Amino acid sequence: MSQHTVIPFGPQHPVLPEPLHLDLVVDDERVIEAVPQIGFIHRGLERMTQTHDYNQFIYIAERICGICAFGHSLGYAETIESLLGVEIPPRAEYLRVILHELSRMHSHILWLGLAADAFGHEALFMHCWRLRERILDVFEATTGGRVILSAVIVGGMVRDQDAAMLQMIKDTIVGIKDEYGQLVNTFVNDSSIRSRLDGIGYISKEDAMRYGMVGPFARASNVNNDVRCLGKGGYGKLSTFDPIMDTSGDCFGRAKVRALEVLQSADIIEEMIDTIPGGEVAIPVKHAPEPGAQACNTLEQPRGECYYYALSNGTKYLERMRMRTPTSVNLAGMAMALKGCDLADVNMIVLTIDPCISCTER
Amino acid sequence: MGFASKSPWVIHYDASSCNGCDIEVLAALCPGYDVERFGIINTGNPKHADIFLVTGSVNEQNIRVVQEIYNQMLEPKVVVACGCCACTGGVFHDSYNVLGGVDQAIPVDVYAPGCAVRPEAIIDAVVEGLAVLEQKSEALQQQRKGA
Repeated sequence: MSQHTVIPFGPQHPVLPEPLHLDLVVDDERVIEAVPQIGFIHRGLERMTQTHDYNQFIYIAERICGICAFGHSLGYAETIESLLGVEIPPRAEYLRVILHELSRMHSHILWLGLAADAFGHEALFMHCWRLRERILDVFEATTGGRVILSAVIVGGMVRDQDAAMLQMIKDTIVGIKDEYGQLVNTFVNDSSIRSRLDGIGYISKEDAMRYGMVGPFARASNVNNDVRCLGKGGYGKLSTFDPIMDTSGDCFGRAKVRALEVLQSADIIEEMIDTIPGGEVAIPVKHAPEPGAQACNTLEQPRGECYYYALSNGTKYLERMRMRTPTSVNLAGMAMALKGCDLADVNMIVLTIDPCISCTER
Repeated sequence: MGFASKSPWVIHYDASSCNGCDIEVLAALCPGYDVERFGIINTGNPKHADIFLVTGSVNEQNIRVVQEIYNQMLEPKVVVACGCCACTGGVFHDSYNVLGGVDQAIPVDVYAPGCAVRPEAIIDAVVEGLAVLEQKSEALQQQRKGA
């Protein structure tokens, strides 16, 4: 009779920059069960909406997660705007989409680098992160920050970007696309990478639907839940939008979806810059919402659909704020994908959901 | 300069940071800033590390993890608090689940400010930390000679 062993994984582990603890129940080299444990970085952000007014909290919302920082400030601002019934100027919508897609590019390239590191391709990791620096340079030139941008306010954007700056963004994107093509080629066609990723951590379409998975994790299992398809805000102005899907459902599929989404984001940014309208970028918002008013909002973060809910009590302080972040949904799918895998593949599978623990715990 | 401060290895732990500082710590090691060319390597093993880079503030759940990593590191060792949260608690200082900066858990030698901390600030802080490492290493040698 075989004997089960429990191997602790994390919270301090080289593959993850963040603390996630897994109890891996293994039989020889095979994982029988994985029990995730979180709670290392809970800060109590939802409670902080009651002690900071909605204009102050936007800077804290940005610090929910440093990788999808812009996305969280955008999602929060959109929620408050619908709570207040404010319509923002069209130019601000375009600028928001440009910066949001830039942060998606930076997040996905960062992830591709970490994935390369996890399967032992050190040079590819360094190349991805070198390329990512160029996007951070764009952030620094346009907003002044490298990871925390503080570019969104309730009612629009903090500052406008002039034509020269938009042209600079476009030139950088075109330059990156060229070099990035070579990295994608390595990811998709290299036989050593394929041998590490193919068929690992398979999740079928039915399981992906049943566990309610979101983002690239679900799209690799051929479940389309890209919120950008709804055409909210600036996304409604796009001429076409087809989400990137894959049918393989394994680690390779997830890497491929993310790798191709970077190119898709680059196309979106180029189209947005070409068609951006003129005018104001912000309108002043000072009034308090109606007592008892509620608002909800969904946004496609780099990791998947993020849901925001706000309840007002008639003052500038919110009664209740709730966020459902993509990783908290995907953790269930990850625990399932880990069942029956080899111990050596655990770090790869954990990474392919692109875990963002600080989003999850807030 | 003694042997200890030539090419220190670092270990990084995210106490309760928002990832912003974590990715900047990694960015400092990667080609944009490239401190790896000086032999500064990010290791996952506390016993191999000379410098402990902590990001984020401490709370009840992770204070033991931070202390455990610190205790497992061998002398001489230096702790660098990266970012505002690690220094004081930052914007989350008055939150119910935040005890404060990393100095609530372990002795901190160098504080690197910024939200998120910039890679330049991390590099400056590590260089500052090398002098501390040197001092500690000499003190340790004196102690051994005296014994």
